[in-house]
Order: sequence, then structure tokens, then C-alpha cells
Amino acid sequence: MFSFLSQRLVSSLPVILAVLILSFLLVRIAPGSPFSSERALDPAAKALLEKKYGLSGSLPEQALRYITSVFQGDLGDSLKFRDRTVLEIIGQSLPRSLLLGSIAFVLSLGLGIPLGAWAAAQNGKPMDSLLNTLALLTLSIPTFVLAPLSVLLFAFYLHLLPPAGWGSLNQIILPAFCLAVPFVGVCARLTRTGLRQTLQSDFIRTARSKGVGESKLVLLHALRPALLPLVAYAGPLAANILTGSLVVEEVFAIPGIGQFFVNGVINRDVFLVSGVVLIYCLLLLFFNLMADWLTALLDPRIRLSS
Amino acid sequence: MKSRATIVGLTLFALIVVAAILGPMISPHEVGEISTRRLSAPTAQNWLGTDLHGRDLLTRLLYGARISLLVGFVGASISLVVGVAYGLVAGYFGGRLDNAMMRLVDILYALPRIVLVIVLISLFDLKLKHALDHSFLAPLAAHARLLLLFVGLGLVEWLTLARIVRAQVLTIKERPFVLSSRLIGQRTPTILFRQILPQILPIIVTYLTLALPAVILEESFLSFLGLGVQAPLASWGTLLADGAALLNPIETPWWLIVFPAAALISTLLLLNLLGDQIQWEKSSR
Repeated sequence: MFSFLSQRLVSSLPVILAVLILSFLLVRIAPGSPFSSERALDPAAKALLEKKYGLSGSLPEQALRYITSVFQGDLGDSLKFRDRTVLEIIGQSLPRSLLLGSIAFVLSLGLGIPLGAWAAAQNGKPMDSLLNTLALLTLSIPTFVLAPLSVLLFAFYLHLLPPAGWGSLNQIILPAFCLAVPFVGVCARLTRTGLRQTLQSDFIRTARSKGVGESKLVLLHALRPALLPLVAYAGPLAANILTGSLVVEEVFAIPGIGQFFVNGVINRDVFLVSGVVLIYCLLLLFFNLMADWLTALLDPRIRLSS
Repeated sequence: MKSRATIVGLTLFALIVVAAILGPMISPHEVGEISTRRLSAPTAQNWLGTDLHGRDLLTRLLYGARISLLVGFVGASISLVVGVAYGLVAGYFGGRLDNAMMRLVDILYALPRIVLVIVLISLFDLKLKHALDHSFLAPLAAHARLLLLFVGLGLVEWLTLARIVRAQVLTIKERPFVLSSRLIGQRTPTILFRQILPQILPIIVTYLTLALPAVILEESFLSFLGLGVQAPLASWGTLLADGAALLNPIETPWWLIVFPAAALISTLLLLNLLGDQIQWEKSSR
């Protein structure tokens, strides 16, 4: 376990470094300056500002300076939201996005697995193809379509839930639901395929011939190996929820990290953009790590440190 | 050999493509035509209503179909070319090269790719426009954003295909016919493209039916955030974003959201069902 973890950390380091440098350079090379958005700034003042924020000198120098400070735990200051450090902004906005994302994550798995198992049990019956079409439908409804439509229906016509905002419990329901729907479909399809394959394998036939009941067969014997592809999908799922969150935060006016990211790109707020990309990257690496660890836990044939 | 469901699906999709090509020509309205009938609900004159500037929604939807489908086709094709070439090379040559190439794919898989595409597109738009303006490709300068979208989305989608193709090539290259073509002295490019490529063609077709909706979806996602196709061009994502911006509790122009959403969802669902069907037929054969 320990060697697996340390191996992973060592191999992740170059990835993190590459992403940081790439995002920093991309924003710096891009036309436009974070300091002169509306009218051109006096060159002397601009030079002073650039010096103050460590953005003077050649690009490699700037990148090196930035990377060094990141590894010392300092992500720099936001250039647009003056007086706030990137760490402060992330510290305030990340928990909101994480809460929203975790609820959506739990919803996707919590609804997707039972629905998929149900479809697999209906093998070939009309209910099965209906569920499959429904799953494909959820895949075809983009979050940014579902979000305005559900605001229209639940907030403006039915007056059941608030249309936007953040802070109270009933303000989370609609965005979390919108964020989760496409992934419910994916999870259901993965469960259905996995379960159906497992139900055809020899050890299931043996268990069945020994007289194990059908529901016990699925829940106790088949489900664990059948969920392996789903666990492998947990990493990409987390990534997709993160990017889906960009839209949901926009539609529901949630001051999460995605909003700051989109604004940061528009404002050329180099430290903010690189900082958020770093956070995204760390989260993804963490989720992939957890997925691999869980896979090994569920499948005794896989050894982590090989 | 093809089932009825596949044929029905392909026909419906062909209808959408024909509507996108012919529709704007038949429509009595111009795409940018502004009128005084602002935010009018569907009438006999404007079948699907009008937007904030009195533009006919149906005409805009048909033009939007052109953009969305074009981005989908080109983006999917780029990912196809890159993915197939990458997988072919990695799988055929194997060894250390294969190792390094697949490690790169692993790394890219771990990145928030769409986020990098956002950074790429929004930051290099003007640069590319400027560069094109001063080259012989000047007529393309107005579409710099579109070109970046093609490339960016193509570069997001190729990873999966590269993995699939490599895995296939690994087994195919050990088969006797590859060995014999090597024995009769065929050159490596000939073996790759004339011997191995035809073998993996069915998989590529399946992949294309799944990549097409994925790219259309990603384009509309970017357009919705205001980072994709830009005015005067409009994709379905742009139209949806315009509609969503007018959402308010007092008087909601529902047609500006419902109709673009219906166009996008039905096209994506059709393509997904089609891909699912083709995949199922292949596995049950």
C-alpha cells in the first residue's frame, strides 16, 4: 500500500508540474493584459505592476518564479480581485463546488446502480429497452439545457424551488439534480452491462445450481465483480462533474470555483487560472488514485504495487 | 445485414442534415434579419417565434444546425485521424516507443482536458485571427474561433480511439497475413494502411457514431459559456445561451429555450441510439 502510494505520488509530480507550467504560459502568451482591460495603461505604471506581481522578465523566468512560489505554498494574488490571494478565493469557493459535486456524485451512483441492476434483471424485456432508451436520453440532455428548463418548470411555473442562489438547503436541490442526471444514465448503463456479463459466468451458474435465490445471487455474488467497470469510471466521473459544474454554477449563480475560473480566463488573471487548474488536476489525480485503490479492493486478482 | 432500426435512424439523421443544408435557402427570412416583432411567440409568420431582436427563430435554428453539425463532423474527423494514426504507430512498433506514447495518453487522460481547451480557445482566438489576416489564408481570418474549436475539440476526443486502435493492432500484427506481407517486402506504411487499417475499420465506424454526438455536445457546452462559436455565427449552444439569458420570473419567452433544446436533444439522442444499435449488432453477430 505504502509503496503504491509513493509510486503514484512520484509519477504524478511531473504531470502536475507540466500542467502548471502549461496553464501559466498559455495565459501569459495570450494577447491582453490583466492590468489594462478597459484603457491602455501607462507603460511605467504597467512595468511597476508587473514587477510587483512577479510578472517582469522573460517568460521562463516568470514561470520559474511562479513554480517556486507554488512549491513554497504560495499561489500568488488575484490580479482582478485585488487584495485577495488565490488561496483565499479557492478556500472560499472550493467547498461550495465540492459540496455540490459530492451530492451529484452520490446521486449518480445511488440512482444509477439500482436502475442498472433493475434493467439487467429485466434482460431483453420491454422494460429493459425502455430503461436503456431513458439512459441514452439522459446522456443526450446536456446539463446546460436541463438547468434552464428545470428552472423554468420548478421555479417559475410550479414555484416549488428557488431559481438561483446559494446558502439554504432547498437552493442545492435543483443544481445538484441537474448536475447528476447525465451521469445517472452512464452509471446505469455500466452497471447493466457489467451485471449481465457477470450473470453469464461459471461461478454464477454454480451458485444458481446450488439453489441460491435470484435476488441473493445478484446482491451477494454478482454485484461486486459487476461493479468493477463502474469503479474504474469513478475517476472520469469526478472529472466530468467538475466541468459540468462550470455550467451549473453559471446558471444557478453559485459562487463556486467554476465561476472564478471562467472569469479568471476572461480577465487573464494568470495566478487565479493556474491555481484553479492546479486544484482541478490535484482533485482528478486523487480521484483516479481512489478508483484504482477501490478496484484492487474489489478484485483480489489485482495487486497495487506490481 | 443492417437492421430496420439502423436504417430508420440513418434516414432520420440524413433528414436533419438535409434540413440544415436546404432549410436556410428555403426560409423566407434572412438569418440576421431584424424586425419589429420582438420576442413574439410562435405565429403563422414566425413558426417558432422570434428572439430579442425580432429575428426568426426557425431560420436561426436551421443555420445553427449547420454550425453544430459542421463542428461535430470536423471535430470527430480530426480526433479520428489523430487517434488512428497514434494507435497504429504505438501498436505496430511496440516496445519502448509504445510505452512512452501510451504513458502520454495516460497523463492526458488525467487532465481536465475541456478546461485546457477553454484556456486554449479563449486565449488564442485573437492571435490566430491576426496571423491569418497577414497570410494567404486571410479569408479564413473571420473564422479563427471556429478553426480553434475544430482543433481543440478534436484534440479532446482522440485519446479513447488511440487506446482502442492500439489494442487491436497489437493482436492483428501477429497474424500470418501481416508476416507474409512483410516477407514479400512490403514497406511499413503499406502494411499499416493497406493491410492493418482495413481490419480495424468497423471499430472506427462505431467510434465515429459515438464521437459525433460527444463533439456536438462539447461545442454547445463551450458556446453556452460564451467561449465557443461567436456572433454573427450561432450554434445550437449559442441559441440556448441566448434563451437562458432571458429567463425571468415575470414573462418568460419559453420558445427560445424549448425549441433549441428540442433540436439539440433529439439530434444527440438519435446519434446515441444509432451508435448503441450499431454496437449491439456488432457484438451479437
